[in-house]
Amino acid sequence: MTSRVPSLILGRLLIALVTLTIVSFAVFFATTLLPGDTATILLGQAATPEAVAGLRTAMHLDDPALLRFVYWIGGLFRGDLGTSYANHVPVATLISGRLANTLKLAGLTTLVSVPLALTLGITAAMWRRTLYDRIVTVATIGIISVPEFVVATLAVLVFAVYLKWLPALSFTYQVDSFAGLLRAYAMPVVTLTFVVAAQMIRMSRAAVIETLNTPYVEMALLKGASRPRLVLRHALPNALSPIANAVALSLSYLLGGVIIVETIFNYPGIAKLMVDAVSTRDLPLIQSCAMIFCFGYLILITTADIVAILSNPRLR
Amino acid sequence: MKTHSSTGTLAARSGYRINPVGVASFSVVLFWALVALVAPYITPHSVGEMIDADYFGPMRPGLWLGSDYLGRDMLSRLILGARYTVGISLAAVFIACFTGVVLGMASAVLRGPVDMVLSRLLDALNSIPSKLFGLMVVAAVGSSIPVLILTLALIYVPGAYRFSRALAVNIETMDFIMVARIRGEKLPYLIASEILPNIIGPVLADLGLRFVFIVLLLSGLSFLGLGVQPPYADWGALVRENIGGLPFAAPAVIMPSLAIATLTISVNLLIDNLPQKIRDRSAS
Repeated sequence: MTSRVPSLILGRLLIALVTLTIVSFAVFFATTLLPGDTATILLGQAATPEAVAGLRTAMHLDDPALLRFVYWIGGLFRGDLGTSYANHVPVATLISGRLANTLKLAGLTTLVSVPLALTLGITAAMWRRTLYDRIVTVATIGIISVPEFVVATLAVLVFAVYLKWLPALSFTYQVDSFAGLLRAYAMPVVTLTFVVAAQMIRMSRAAVIETLNTPYVEMALLKGASRPRLVLRHALPNALSPIANAVALSLSYLLGGVIIVETIFNYPGIAKLMVDAVSTRDLPLIQSCAMIFCFGYLILITTADIVAILSNPRLR
Repeated sequence: MKTHSSTGTLAARSGYRINPVGVASFSVVLFWALVALVAPYITPHSVGEMIDADYFGPMRPGLWLGSDYLGRDMLSRLILGARYTVGISLAAVFIACFTGVVLGMASAVLRGPVDMVLSRLLDALNSIPSKLFGLMVVAAVGSSIPVLILTLALIYVPGAYRFSRALAVNIETMDFIMVARIRGEKLPYLIASEILPNIIGPVLADLGLRFVFIVLLLSGLSFLGLGVQPPYADWGALVRENIGGLPFAAPAVIMPSLAIATLTISVNLLIDNLPQKIRDRSAS
């Protein structure tokens, strides 16, 4: 019997590639078909017409939009992201350090939220319809239904204002000791963990409950297996694929969360860079940041699908 | 099958089971809808008037929700903010769901290349994170209320499309559609008279959920300073203006946050507690 897995994965990657092409098209045209001439913006109002015309030719601005799109994509592949309008620095230089900061934040959040969310989600499913399950479910619905900045605001109120455990809104960025690092990252990571973990708890709880409703689990119940054994030995191995899928999908909520969290805590990451670029209408910077975000999002979504394919034994 | 054991005469007559959580959340939603509707007539003070000598003032008689960062009455600003948050989101959700549902049903009926192209395009649109999409549009064309409504609508068309297409595909295989096709009915009749009545319940529930998403996104954009622009302010913008009061736990920053939370949580609860009859009409 030949396996269908490689062809399925290949198909999924192909769809991701097509989507990425359409998305980059959308990003490019949304930001280029704007009023205002790029060359004039770069050189300022006082520039001579000759200088503007020279720059227009140098930047291929007189070429058709489709050709400029090809140049732009080619530049992306060579690592040439263009020059920022606002401070005439190559976009790549601006982004590199910021990207590392954002990845650090995202990585830390993942490290904290995944174990926490899976424990809560699986135990809630294990003791379904108990007070514990009720509390977990209501709390997750509450967090999912409010915007990230409300979560952040409430987290600051509780941890910084009333309990006084952590500094409030100032991101000091002095990470000379381990304690300093903890204090600096605590509030952003706590907020993002709330946002991401709530999604993950809901999805993993639902996944385990779904497998608990299958005939073989009922069989295990009838033969007298204890409730933890029922969940951990019988249901969990079969729920692993939907759970892994849920983890990857929930992590995609990091993208939306990171935009708010970096702004509210003044964290020097790429999302803050992009929000600032939007207020100054710095188009090359916006394009590159948008592409990075869309790329990250697509990677997570595609990973979720591929994990689901790989962990389905019926496809092997 | 669940038996309807309710004893209330109203419940028995209408055939709907009345659920206390549903009633409570419905009242909250109704309350905010009414506030948004009559906002300009019930604000105790003018929204732009600085009436408190102190900024971030506490709650006290006359200034029931305290004052904001300029000493303006927070209650009046919150009441008028309801108008922007609820109004913009409602307009956007109606445009998004109307477009999405019509396209979804048309795709299900037409099938073939139309379906494929629409699905692929809208899926690609869906794979741009929503907040990012909002940021890009604001960067491109600036932020005004019509632009916000159209952007929010555009972002949530793919979701409505996917949902209604999935429902319509099931209906489309039924015999009565076949009969209608043989009768020679055209696309508008098929989607409006044959398919829509059979999926309207779940579609309305989906509209409610999408309304919550839109409120969340709008508040998020306004919070970033890229949504509703001064002198107008929705709830997200109110939180942004007054974020400086956070270290003192000023009501000016807590109250708009709570307002958003009560609205979105009660819409969610309302949909969860809708009578089964409305929610899954097509499932039976």
